[in-house]
Amino acid sequence: MGCGAREVADLLRAGAATIAEHRAELIDLDRPIGDSDHGENLNRGFTAVVSTLDTAVPETPGGVLKIAATTLISKVGGAAGPLYGTAFLRAATALGDRAELDAEAVFTALRAGLRGVVARGKAVVGDATMVDALSPAVDAAEAAVGDGIAAVLAAAADAADKGADSTVPLVARKGRASYLGERGVGHLDPGARSTALLLRAFAEAAR
Amino acid sequence: MRVGLVLVSHSGKLAEGVAELAAQMAPDVKVVPAGGLPDGGIGTDYDSVLAAVERAEEGGGVVLLYDLGSAEMTADLVVESLPDPGTAVVVAAPLVEGAVAAAVAAQGGADRAGVASAASSAAGGGESEAARESAGGAETAELTLGNDVGLHARPAALLVRGIAGLDADVRIRLGDQEADGHSVLALMSLSARKGDRIDVSATGTQAAEAISRIESLVERNFDE
Repeated sequence: MGCGAREVADLLRAGAATIAEHRAELIDLDRPIGDSDHGENLNRGFTAVVSTLDTAVPETPGGVLKIAATTLISKVGGAAGPLYGTAFLRAATALGDRAELDAEAVFTALRAGLRGVVARGKAVVGDATMVDALSPAVDAAEAAVGDGIAAVLAAAADAADKGADSTVPLVARKGRASYLGERGVGHLDPGARSTALLLRAFAEAAR
Repeated sequence: MRVGLVLVSHSGKLAEGVAELAAQMAPDVKVVPAGGLPDGGIGTDYDSVLAAVERAEEGGGVVLLYDLGSAEMTADLVVESLPDPGTAVVVAAPLVEGAVAAAVAAQGGADRAGVASAASSAAGGGESEAARESAGGAETAELTLGNDVGLHARPAALLVRGIAGLDADVRIRLGDQEADGHSVLALMSLSARKGDRIDVSATGTQAAEAISRIESLVERNFDE
């Protein structure tokens, strides 16, 4: 029932598969409000993460997340590269060199990731960004810590879905979409969607 | 050991062009463009920015300027991931004006904080606090510009560099306009041309030296 480096690598593989599956959807979401590269860039980044992990899996969950971070930073580009990269890097730092994760550690990693994204992107809930998915996910994860890792990730994924949906009526205040002002209203934020997709993939893989 | 500059832009051409402009006014400063994606596309690339910071570092630290949005995040992330994040700083400034002001400050030997503050005050502000009155003991000179381009970019940069490091507050007037003698952009905004007469005033312990250096530059027609 433990969650070590191999299990975390498997979560990332599941995330990569989900991103690949939803690549076209993310591109379509990004087209009217961004430069329609979100799906392509994330897919490239996660594909690279998987091929790195196929070569060698580090010994600790933190090590695995750090590989993901540096790979995403280098391969994704745009705003998503530094944001996802920072999220995984801060999560890795929060986990340190512990070999096994419990529910509390998973929550701690999620919270560190959120704090990293907020620090890097300077967005708050309501700006129509990935923070709208990640922030409620972290709150829900905290509430589920007593029920185990699978429950923590499931609660996070549910909350992230709702949070992503909540971006539809919002006026984006960060990133390229913010230049559109009111014309951006009615669009699901691609970053919030990809965050929700990843958390869902992690939750499914952890069941 | 001068401070180096890195210009982070979504466009390779933009970064290179701004670097070219800034380098003209600060020949000894390492100004490294980091624009666009490795394939030539529009975007910012972490690895390119990191490599640029390493190239710009000559021991005095690095100041990074950026154009838009994710360029700032990429620059911030690069600094955060340096072995010693204290050696580099990301500055919010208008890219062109900021790069020119930072390059001239670095050329004059300013440290990292000085270069950063030159960049961030380059948005046209910075006049008010500098516009203190000259309470007695001010050195003054009236000079007529004989060089062809007047106080255009290159001569303005020469003037700022000429008095850099002196303990002197220098003000340059043309008609009813006044500019800080330590700001290339302020000097350029005077639009002083060939044949114009400028009033130079300086206060501080090295006021006389500042005046004499400016006189010498004007006499030499800014080495044109």
